Amino acid sequence: MPVYSTHYLFLSLLLFSIGIMGALMRRNAIIIFMCIELMLNSVNLLLVAFSKMYVDINAQLFVFFIMVVAAAEVAVGLAVIVMMYRKVHSVDINILNRLKH
Amino acid sequence: MNLYDTLFWFLSAVAVGCALGVILSRNPVNSVLFLIATFFAISGHYFIMNAQFLAIVNIIVYAGAIMVLFLFVIMLMNLNADVEPQKGQLIQVAGVISGGVLFLVLIAAVHKASPMPVDKQSIDIGLINNLGKVLFKEYVLPFEISSVLFLSAMIGAVVIGKKEPALPAEGEAQ
Repeated sequence: MPVYSTHYLFLSLLLFSIGIMGALMRRNAIIIFMCIELMLNSVNLLLVAFSKMYVDINAQLFVFFIMVVAAAEVAVGLAVIVMMYRKVHSVDINILNRLKH
Repeated sequence: MNLYDTLFWFLSAVAVGCALGVILSRNPVNSVLFLIATFFAISGHYFIMNAQFLAIVNIIVYAGAIMVLFLFVIMLMNLNADVEPQKGQLIQVAGVISGGVLFLVLIAAVHKASPMPVDKQSIDIGLINNLGKVLFKEYVLPFEISSVLFLSAMIGAVVIGKKEPALPAEGEAQ
């Protein structure tokens, strides 16, 4: 069976919704961060599939810039998580939630 | 089934299985390893679509740098399966149902799209020289701004991660 665009759409949406399920289900802040990276990668996959279908190079460059922004975001996000861990000694989001009091 | 289709289904199965492993495993180190396997499967998808530059960059940047950073942070905090907090059973089921409903809504929105076969011809736009030509001609401004973005992210990470110096004046005042 040849591979159609709808297959890549299905795969990307499945990975995206698995990422959302993980972000809602887990309490560990680092695992939630990893699910965000999974969501970004599912979008990258769909963009590359569309770039092949419509022979458009701009989509692959957009994927390149998404990776750039994701790398910078991971650096800053992990710095924030490490700083919070130093104060509270936990990465549980239920405990990090109470810092506003 | 030719090679392209076989590889597509195999890589898709690996990607979805490892993504499920990320969200279902108790040990955070296992989650990171599953995510690395997911990134390798997605890079495999890029390879069979002839997006060679993005496949290599995906492996180097995501699996090679970002996930290693995650592993460092997890090892620093000494997280393992014993101290892993778990949400209540009801909330986990509610999360799965919410994600599943979002998935169904998105599928319903796009399932009428006309299917175009993907492996019609092998294209050259994924090769690094073609990407480089367009990147440095039309996208040179975002490219330079992304270097400023990296600089600011580096400075921000260092400033956030610095240990606060102890304040001796407070101790003496009390």
